[in-house]
Amino acid sequence: MFVNDLNLKTAPLEGEVRIPSGCAVSAIIDRSGKRMTGESIIRSIATMHDRSNGLGGGFAGYGIYPDYKEYYAFHLFYNDFSAKKETEDFLIKHFEVVYSSEMKTRKIKSISNEPLIYRYFLYPLSKRLANSLLDEEQYVVRCVNKINAEINGAFVFSSGKNMGIFKGVGFPEDIGKFYLLDEEYAGYCWTSHGRYPTNTPGWWGGAHPFGLLDYSIVHNGEISSYDANRRYIEMFGYKCSLQTDTEVITYIIDYLLRVKKLTLQEVAKVISASFWSTIEEKSEEDRRQETFLRKAFPSLLVTGPFSIIFGFTGGLMALNDRLKLRSMVCAEKGDVAYVSSEECGIRVIEPDVEKIFAPAGGQPVIYTLKEGGED
Amino acid sequence: MDTYIPAEYEVVRNPDLCIACRVCERQCANEVHSYDKDLGKMIADSGKCVNCHRCVCLCPTHALKIVKSDDTYRLNSNWSVQTMNEVYRQANSGGVLLSSMGNPNDYPVYFNKILVNASQVTNPPIDPLREPMETQVFLGKKDVEIKRDMEGKLVDTLPPQLKLKYPIMFSAMSYGSISYNAHESLARAAEELGIYYNTGEGGLHKDFYKYSKNTIVQVASGRFGVHEDYLSAAAAIEIKMGQGAKPGIGGHLPGMKISDDVSQTRMIPKGVDAISPAPHHDIYSIEDLRQLIYSLKEATAYTKPIIVKVAAVHNVAAIASGIARSGADIIAIDGFRGGTGAAPTRIRDNVGIPIELALAQVDERLRQEGIRDNVSVVVAGSIHSSADVVKAIALGADACYIGTAALLALGCHLCRSCHLGKCNWGIATQRADLVRRLNPDIGYKRLVNLVTAWGHEIQEMMGGMGINSIEALRGNRLMLRGVGLNESELRILGIHHAGESM
Repeated sequence: MFVNDLNLKTAPLEGEVRIPSGCAVSAIIDRSGKRMTGESIIRSIATMHDRSNGLGGGFAGYGIYPDYKEYYAFHLFYNDFSAKKETEDFLIKHFEVVYSSEMKTRKIKSISNEPLIYRYFLYPLSKRLANSLLDEEQYVVRCVNKINAEINGAFVFSSGKNMGIFKGVGFPEDIGKFYLLDEEYAGYCWTSHGRYPTNTPGWWGGAHPFGLLDYSIVHNGEISSYDANRRYIEMFGYKCSLQTDTEVITYIIDYLLRVKKLTLQEVAKVISASFWSTIEEKSEEDRRQETFLRKAFPSLLVTGPFSIIFGFTGGLMALNDRLKLRSMVCAEKGDVAYVSSEECGIRVIEPDVEKIFAPAGGQPVIYTLKEGGED
Repeated sequence: MDTYIPAEYEVVRNPDLCIACRVCERQCANEVHSYDKDLGKMIADSGKCVNCHRCVCLCPTHALKIVKSDDTYRLNSNWSVQTMNEVYRQANSGGVLLSSMGNPNDYPVYFNKILVNASQVTNPPIDPLREPMETQVFLGKKDVEIKRDMEGKLVDTLPPQLKLKYPIMFSAMSYGSISYNAHESLARAAEELGIYYNTGEGGLHKDFYKYSKNTIVQVASGRFGVHEDYLSAAAAIEIKMGQGAKPGIGGHLPGMKISDDVSQTRMIPKGVDAISPAPHHDIYSIEDLRQLIYSLKEATAYTKPIIVKVAAVHNVAAIASGIARSGADIIAIDGFRGGTGAAPTRIRDNVGIPIELALAQVDERLRQEGIRDNVSVVVAGSIHSSADVVKAIALGADACYIGTAALLALGCHLCRSCHLGKCNWGIATQRADLVRRLNPDIGYKRLVNLVTAWGHEIQEMMGGMGINSIEALRGNRLMLRGVGLNESELRILGIHHAGESM
């Protein structure tokens, strides 16, 4: 699938082996809901060029499809037209396809071997949905998994409503321009990722962000708890087929938020739990809550270095590992908030921030749209 | 002694060093050493020697050593000396052969064929001397519903848990099989370490109720010493269904080990063999086990976790799955190398499977069925070192039980003669003069030292892997690699071979 010249089918693909990566991440959100093009986020991530090595870059934009916000926006990579045909047959059987088209891209010198890239706006067929006995989101996830696992040469890389993931093999700034994020799209929140894998995967689907419905994750790090987390979360029906940190962290957050109905703050206290010695010093109430979370979800503690930006409809959460083994800086100016691996990624787009700080390890920073802010 | 069987070990005394102080004579309950007045020197009857090394360790001039006798039968690769001697012994006695401690035979030790990972470059190792490195673990059922109070705060809905400062506990060893002083050492060490010791099936001596918050009490098929106070005192209750050293059979405490105190504690007559049945006669199937689990929970008002201990046998994964659905909070699995105070030799040496394989299969099966959260898994059966603890946890265990290693800390030299009741180290005996030799003030400190030392080593190995909480190591099999294992073994262990990447 989507092999580029680099590996000539000799190096293993994402999902066949586990490929640790170093990375850069950055994000911007306008809490007033005002929409901006992808131009700023591209400049932000481009400044941290040296944190990527040209083997993966990507973006997630929220609020970018206001005209189709009721519909699931599927972004697909195809190897060839037969995969496209097979997938579209599947989509028609399961969804009402409201609009579909090839994704508009711009030819960039450094981007080669791009797959066929298509976009669909979809709604589950009501009868199919009812017969499945699943709720709507589960139904969509099930369909996405089925395409990704069973249709050779097809990969759904974005499936949320009024949001979209754009990614590929290349430096992130080139990927951003390739997808015309600076011209074609405007959203209230953008996250971005530049990848520095310690291997040579050339698969477009393997780039980040990783998405699950409207959730997206960009991550910098290499977690040491990977297999403990993976083997635990797979008990609940998730399948970690890409074998990446990003994938498993997305599933963990999805499980805790959607299934267990924890708050974002609580999720942070599970995956980036305070040390027992720190918990001891907290107030009675906090101690009780955090002790319970650690006792109830010990296998979802994530150790080893990471800085993640978790995007969702209406906001984002930035979170470091408990020891803060990866850099991450947050800043604010007016309604706009910034997160970046390095301060330069913020200063380049807003030299004059009002508040800038490096969140402590395990300290979640959550920015959401203000009351009345559009999503 | 059987006249057909020559002494296996030889007592060698250096006459230049021996000062005939007769310490060896006084120390040897087997009456190996004696002073020959006519010869004016110490002599030894090697035939009685069990090679417990008590005399060697206490000889003030280091004049003694015990060596393997070089006496030999006609060499035979088919009939080993051991096998021949066992035939002689049975021809002489007409009885079942008895042995003590774990299976000593040359079966594979899988822990020794597993290697652990460490961080290099792409993620940093963590230094336990400078950063927190958490070894604390909670045992018990984790599978709970999230509930909130009126203010939206989370409510602690977890069933009772055991809190361990280290992922290590002392295995079940009954009062009777081991001495009062050995029990006191274990109890005090558990208290100081913030872990637990286990009474075994022999009841809880009245003096040790004060350590009850660090005590796991056992309910075995003989129900020795089980009464209301015993159950209510405990931190947790363990139902012993089986033991790694002797799967499929009950226990046997020889009458000579049943002293006044042991008799009272066990609530059985003095001096009469205490034989616990092979099955629990109220448990002939899994649904019966569920009834006993809930009987014990009812009896203790659902305030204590219930552990079910089973021997590692061929179908252990399915058995564990059944137990996990029966209301148990913790499953303890005891591998075929596990120790004992007395077991029929044939059973000990031929029944059961290695704990590494049993653990890997149990953990995997519980995950496949989505019920790993129903129970914690504790493993036992020859955990030799902190490295074994790390490997066991990475394979999927929540914690380990140590028995033999704990006895070694108390001075045991693995002479494997516990069933004779004449332990020169004061551990596996009830003879007052021998028991006195084990000073609990020293014994408990040595146990504390051992577990603390292992704790440091576990932290070092975790830190090397970039893991700063033991919770993130549990079931983290990518941190393990096999060496010299075949495909089946790797598949069963669920690990890659060394040299294969992540």
